[in-house]
Amino acid sequence: MTALPPAELLERMRAGEIGALARIISIVENERPGFEPLLRGLYALPARSNAIGFTGPPGAGKSTLINAVIRCLRQRGKTVGIIAVDPSSPITGGAILGDRIRMGEHVKDDGVFARSLGSRGHLGGVSRATRRIVDLLRRSCLDVVIVETVGTGQSEVEIAKIADVKLVVNAPGLGDDIQAIKAGILEIADIMVVNKSDLPAAASTKRHLEMMLMLRTANRDVPVLATSPLRNEGIEALVDASESLLASRIPLDSASNRADIRSMIAEHVANAARRRLGLDGDPALAAQIDALCDAFAAGELGMNEITARALRLLA
Amino acid sequence: MQEKPIIRVLLAKPGLCTHETGVKLLAAGLRDSGMEVIYTGVFQEKDNIARVALQEDVDVVGLSYLNGGHVALTKGVIGALQEVGRGDIPVIVGGIIPKADVEPLHAIGVAGVYGPGTAIPDIAEDIRRIVKEASAAPALAP
Repeated sequence: MTALPPAELLERMRAGEIGALARIISIVENERPGFEPLLRGLYALPARSNAIGFTGPPGAGKSTLINAVIRCLRQRGKTVGIIAVDPSSPITGGAILGDRIRMGEHVKDDGVFARSLGSRGHLGGVSRATRRIVDLLRRSCLDVVIVETVGTGQSEVEIAKIADVKLVVNAPGLGDDIQAIKAGILEIADIMVVNKSDLPAAASTKRHLEMMLMLRTANRDVPVLATSPLRNEGIEALVDASESLLASRIPLDSASNRADIRSMIAEHVANAARRRLGLDGDPALAAQIDALCDAFAAGELGMNEITARALRLLA
Repeated sequence: MQEKPIIRVLLAKPGLCTHETGVKLLAAGLRDSGMEVIYTGVFQEKDNIARVALQEDVDVVGLSYLNGGHVALTKGVIGALQEVGRGDIPVIVGGIIPKADVEPLHAIGVAGVYGPGTAIPDIAEDIRRIVKEASAAPALAP
């Protein structure tokens, strides 16, 4: 599998070979040899599926809700790919990827592909490679792509750039009306979900969210839907709402979105710069960068001037 | 290219044993050694383990047993991995493994056996060695 050329791997992926898809994800995630030709071959293919993003605080029940949504999508005849991101340790880089535990009922189903990713130090709620892996799944043989972020706080909104429809999953009883009017993930929601609606606090959480929407000056028609995977309630309505939104959207796929590619380029330029500015770069460059550091420390140069000079050094 | 590839480990409990404290401890220990650990919970059937290993493209599969049956069950998992075309993924076994069963496990192709009292850092180090050796070996035809 490793030895296969990128074109053949892509062809096998399009034909539905799970091992090929899994291997391509590994190459893309780790930027292993073959990464460049794979990306070229990949973006030459048409994207064919939409992506639904699930975000929300840890323990809101995202994985369990996704499990129920997969069941519903499968009943409607759709094949589903899931990318589930869990946090990596900031200290060791290690991670426990446990989202699969909640989705075990689909493991025998050939129409469901799931992949767990560690966030690997990236802070936006997904990993650095997630966007490309979602672009990849859009070009595989899967009908719907689901992305689950790490448990998010208030500001991890990168999913907004990746998924066509964003579901913010809330758990009952986690905050009052003040929490509901704060800036952050609630603002990116296309649909707000009050999950675990079997709990007594759910009705009040739903009211707080609806009140918050009434106070908005724009984007007020975001539905607030209650779901209970435990009782299998509200799932069909959630999938209906997601599908009707998807039908009205142009996919956020990178290839159809120049701003998206531009931000990808910016990210790669920044990474390349970081690597070259790092401590084990070439000695001549390191000496020049050291001189800039000293000039900054002595108050001789401001950061704008230093940035301009550093960019010239890296060119 | 990443400086140091992150090792991905699938930990699973085949069979009917529900004692998962040990495997959770190991999962946390391997996380602390910088590995990504995918844990699927108890009661895993061999075919499910193989399907998860295939989709997650893991570097090693670890099986935990505290109730016996490990030789037969492990043989089943190795066969299932071969069936999905990933017989190249090394399999390791840990838990209550009597000394007499270590050799039979190696004989069916298990790359490492870790009985009671094995220190987690030692398991992590052994996993690094096993993964390195496996990736140096010529890739199997898909």
